[in-house]
Amino acid sequence: MLEKALVGSKRYYGLVAILAGLFALGFLFYLKQLNVGLSITGMGRDVSWGFYIAQFTYLVGVAASAVMVVLPYYLHNYKAFGRVTILGEFLAVAAVSMCVLFITVDLGRPDRILNVLKYPTPGSVLFWDMIVLNGYLLLNIVIGWKILECERHSVAPPKWLKPFIYLSIPWAVSIHTVTAFLYAGLPGRGYWLTAIMAPRFLSSAFAAGPSLLILLCLLVRKYSKFDPGKEQIQTLAKIVTYATLINVFFFMCEIFTVFYSQLPDHMAHFQYLFVGLDGKTQLVPFMWFALVGMTIAGLFLVNPKLRKNETTLAALCGLVIVTTYIDKGLGLISGGFVPNPLEQVVEYWPTVPEAIITLGVWAMGFLILTVLYKIAVSIKEEIKS
Amino acid sequence: MGIDRREFIRIAGLSTLLGLGGKGAFELLAPGRVEAEIIPATGSKKAKRWAMVINQKKLDDNTAQQCSAACHRVHNVPDFVNPPDDKLKLNPAVAQRYEVKWLWTEHFHNAFPGDAPAHMAEKVEHMPFLVLCNHCANPPCVRVCPTKATFQREDGIVMMDMHRCIGCRFCMAGCPYGSRSFNWRDPRPYVKEQYPGYPTREIGVVEKCTFCAERLAQGLQPACVEVSRGAIVFGDLEDEKSEVREYLRKYFTIRRKAHLGTNPQVYYIV
Repeated sequence: MLEKALVGSKRYYGLVAILAGLFALGFLFYLKQLNVGLSITGMGRDVSWGFYIAQFTYLVGVAASAVMVVLPYYLHNYKAFGRVTILGEFLAVAAVSMCVLFITVDLGRPDRILNVLKYPTPGSVLFWDMIVLNGYLLLNIVIGWKILECERHSVAPPKWLKPFIYLSIPWAVSIHTVTAFLYAGLPGRGYWLTAIMAPRFLSSAFAAGPSLLILLCLLVRKYSKFDPGKEQIQTLAKIVTYATLINVFFFMCEIFTVFYSQLPDHMAHFQYLFVGLDGKTQLVPFMWFALVGMTIAGLFLVNPKLRKNETTLAALCGLVIVTTYIDKGLGLISGGFVPNPLEQVVEYWPTVPEAIITLGVWAMGFLILTVLYKIAVSIKEEIKS
Repeated sequence: MGIDRREFIRIAGLSTLLGLGGKGAFELLAPGRVEAEIIPATGSKKAKRWAMVINQKKLDDNTAQQCSAACHRVHNVPDFVNPPDDKLKLNPAVAQRYEVKWLWTEHFHNAFPGDAPAHMAEKVEHMPFLVLCNHCANPPCVRVCPTKATFQREDGIVMMDMHRCIGCRFCMAGCPYGSRSFNWRDPRPYVKEQYPGYPTREIGVVEKCTFCAERLAQGLQPACVEVSRGAIVFGDLEDEKSEVREYLRKYFTIRRKAHLGTNPQVYYIV
């Protein structure tokens, strides 16, 4: 099936070339980072994780959201999603690949990455994260590829695949739960030390991931002969709607606990993010935009008129993607580190090289996505004709 | 020449184990010595659990700075804020980000956040509190490390293996005291005078105070204790007759964020 990725329109080649170019640019800056160390980023002793880990966290959510198309199809026999499961699975493959890459570029000593296998440490959540992420990547490659191949030859998928498909459902939940546990089990970080961290991660994932999938479906319809389907997009839209509202609700639960209990080391982080602390207010406008935007998007999506109109739906999905990205990408990591354990306020902002390396990883991910979608769509077109 | 069945199965089994899990599989089955273990020489100082008491009453600003300087000197800790050469000078905000600190001073309200009353003894308010790794009996940094690059010795010292560290900085997120530093850039040009008794570091690894494990192995007191003019006492918490226990009997002490359950082993007399 790989041959489908090699032939395409001029537009396809152009997109591949642009993404490959951006990846190459990011790689050049990464070589610089290897040489001079992570000092080329905006991180420091107080905010010791930054943009890379934030993207990683966000993308684990995007990857996990594939379950939102796989589960209705395989567990509830919701036939309509049969057309889009492959898009969900291939999105997961691209997203997890980016996750692995973001972890790698964040390491101080990437040459020693195999130490995680060489000295396995089951007590560390990072060890488990490595296992669930790589496992999920493998599951989605195998399942997606095999299903597509069977579809192409119009044969039923082999029996041995079923257990893997069922396994991939709880596995999707596990990747984002374990990622939340990276943060939620640290005694000295008030912003992260909350049992609702994993549920919040999942709700924002199931809002952001299907939103992205809707936009991708609309793009696929526009630029290929394969139509993922109106009903499919509308069902995804309902998932986005309620996941977004649940996400806002979870956030409010957190706000209640923190501010009614008045625990200073929990409140301080929210104060930094939403009103500023010690005169440092860098993230305040972003956080308000995220909170208000997410709430508005959720409420507007409830309205069937706005949801059924694919133009407003696309705009609202875009808003969900941006606001969850700010919440998880910018706020979550910085917010957890500011103020620091000594209650000093040191802010963080990514540097230009850091942003370019980040862009390079995204380009790599979208390159994988483009190639995989090209294969999937070509085969769907082939079946149709 | 040939091998019998038993021998064949043995070799095949061991090779499979190696193939499946690498060296790690063997270590999981038969945990051996930690690679970075310091093998004590005769005459080395030994304890069941090392602990430190800092008598803030005896610690003036000058002594505190000397303790910090002595520590950083014998451990080749770089100084990004005041580099040895003017050409290496950095923007102060940037230098602050790169800083490596093993032992340094903080105000009471930073060292003990949440514990400072609105009106407190003036002397304490301006007192320089020496802060360092607490060598917690229940260390979160050790719990989170994915490679056991940071580990706890039997005598309680929380150690770092800087040759194993992958630089993921999970330990820095895990430490509730901000006691861990990462080498954001090459530290070597910023070391004033290389001290031959301790290795310098490369970029990309985490480091911190080790209670001077290398000096204890030589039968010496930690460097800070030596220059503290009696303000810092170091010894075995499990030994009733130790100076540390004597101080803990005689004075009321506090520990940093003890409510987090980390069980810090640095005690403060205020």
